[in-house]
Amino acid sequence: MYDIDTDIKDIDPAGFETDAADHDYLTELTRMEPADASRLLDVGVDTQENARAGSFIQKDRSVIHCKSHRDGLEIMGISQAAARYEWLRDYIWKSVNPDTDKFTAQVKEIPHEGYFIRTLPGVKIAQPVQSCLYIAKEGFSQNVHNIVVAEEDSEIHIITGCATAPHLTKGLHVGVSEFYVKKGARLTFTMIHEWGEKVSVRPRTVTHVEAGGILVSNYISLKPVGNLQMFPTTYLDGENAVARFNSVLVAAKGSHLDVGSRVILNAPNTRAEIISRGITSGGTIIARGDLVGNYPGIKAHLECKGLILNEGLMHAVPELRATVPGVEMSHEAAVGKIDRREIEYLMARGLDEDEAVSTIVRGFLNVDIEGLPPSLKAKLDTAVSETQKDMM
Amino acid sequence: MLLIEELKVEVGGKPILKNINMEVPRGETHILFGPNGSGKTTLMMTLMGFSGYHITHGKITFKGEDITHMPIHERAQLGIGISLQRPPTINGLKTRNIVEICGAMQGGADVEKLARELNFSEFLDRDVNHNFSGGEIKRSELLQLMAQQPDLVLLDEPESGVDLENMALVGETINLLLGRGIQCPAPSDGPFVNRASDTAKSALVITHTGHILDYITADKGRVLYEGVLCFTRNAREILKWIRQRGYEGCARCTI
Ligand SMILES: Nc1ncnc2c1ncn2[C@@H]1O[C@H](COP(=O)(O)OP(=O)(O)OP(=O)(O)O)[C@@H](O)[C@H]1O
Ligand SMILES: [Mg+2]
Repeated sequence: MYDIDTDIKDIDPAGFETDAADHDYLTELTRMEPADASRLLDVGVDTQENARAGSFIQKDRSVIHCKSHRDGLEIMGISQAAARYEWLRDYIWKSVNPDTDKFTAQVKEIPHEGYFIRTLPGVKIAQPVQSCLYIAKEGFSQNVHNIVVAEEDSEIHIITGCATAPHLTKGLHVGVSEFYVKKGARLTFTMIHEWGEKVSVRPRTVTHVEAGGILVSNYISLKPVGNLQMFPTTYLDGENAVARFNSVLVAAKGSHLDVGSRVILNAPNTRAEIISRGITSGGTIIARGDLVGNYPGIKAHLECKGLILNEGLMHAVPELRATVPGVEMSHEAAVGKIDRREIEYLMARGLDEDEAVSTIVRGFLNVDIEGLPPSLKAKLDTAVSETQKDMM
Repeated sequence: MLLIEELKVEVGGKPILKNINMEVPRGETHILFGPNGSGKTTLMMTLMGFSGYHITHGKITFKGEDITHMPIHERAQLGIGISLQRPPTINGLKTRNIVEICGAMQGGADVEKLARELNFSEFLDRDVNHNFSGGEIKRSELLQLMAQQPDLVLLDEPESGVDLENMALVGETINLLLGRGIQCPAPSDGPFVNRASDTAKSALVITHTGHILDYITADKGRVLYEGVLCFTRNAREILKWIRQRGYEGCARCTI
């Protein structure tokens, strides 16, 4: 079901506080405290909500804003959803086992909300839904449980930004997420993380994709984070199901990122692609990818590229496993430093050395992330340039 | 414009250029011939300042400035531009962007227009040199130089790998780049006599086939043989000699 190495950097959930004051509900996002609002903006939250189909904002353990602007789109806190829908029992803790590790156990034991987002059958929502999980309380362990259900033939893009209050020095985010992509549905899930330098992050995600369903998952973490470990697992259970993962990771000094994806291809003609780009400048990146082919004729590809600027550890762990003949699986992994020839080529075009390096770094991180709204794309470009400047 | 004196260069600890002396005056185009491995590319890379080309002796002067140890980008800003024989791929950087970077030195270039003229528009959104064919690389390099408009153009085999149809395009573009196609009817007297050569760029062009000579006017040709410049003459004449006697024969006849 879900297994991971937990021996990297041991975090003890017991060392965090699990109680927090309640925060008031905001009917309008624009009425948010300016300091909080600016952090939300950094992770792509549109407080005007103009170009968003709906929003879900949680601060510490309180849902402070939650709204759907479209028919056929349901957004609410998980406890409210559980109260409303009897059938949710068939979805909660059905993909992730609470006994997986101490983090999932903590979410089971002391849950702090999380979102429920659902599109009804056939409902196609063009604008993204935004969600944000925000930690404001010093030393808090935020334990959320999220459920997304894209019903048959529906389409949804969720942009989820995670961040902490500016001066937080200690915090833990544990997120159990169970996503269900039904027949012919399409779920695009873009996660932008800006956790603080002292924050530990343990997302635990499992997605099931039915026949003809598509999961596109983008993960972006450019700012320093204490330590992050996640290995979302996706099951392609129905014929023609597709999963695509893109991740862009930057690890500055003090950051430890252990990030990967696993896709298990169980049905005829399923396809998976994992693309990851990591840059370390003093930090550690362990970029994992695991593809498991259990049906003849499936296609899967894994591409993992890492750059070390100055120093740091870059560890690519690509794995391919096939249990039947006739699968088509490949991987491409490369770890290195910037090629001197590329720098000098750009210098011959008039850039000084620093400009040349930043241009190459920007290019390196420039994976085409599907479905990003232009404003977010621009934000990402700026963030990449800034990140790279910080490193020089 | 460009003056090279007693230049000795080592690559990977091995002496490649043994004693190069040459001058390319303003507005002149010089052609460099020489067998594979004779050091032609080494000379150009050294002129541009690429690492790995270790100058053990001698001096390079450009526009009166000693550039022997000048960083690459300063040479570029001073007006030297190069078309590489084997440029690297830069992943994630669009060709459009590198052409813009080149144009920035001139205060901006009309990238779309230049690309249209080189029949290269459809490549603007591709990563720089990524999976470009041999001929496409040449056009990409040329497009960058068109945006850059350097005063000294270094072209390392600009026509190799270019198909017959594109050869005319490449040849004419180089002619345009070198500013030699401007047939300016000069008044019989007056200050405009030298107008064509005023706008003309200086150039050093490496070629094996000499096809490029059908499109540009060369002022001089030279043969580089085993790290030494051994022969200076009219470019077409050299080509004929090389065909008749081979490089070695060429080299010997000057001794
Ligand atoms: N990095 C290197 N290490 C060792 N030898 C090198 C290196 N780079 C070039 N050389 C050698 O230097 C010599 C000159 O190479 P150069 O590329 O300048 O030749 P060229 O005249 O341009 O040849 P061609 O016509 O084939 O392009 C060759 O023998 C080549 O193998
Ligand atoms: Mg060469």
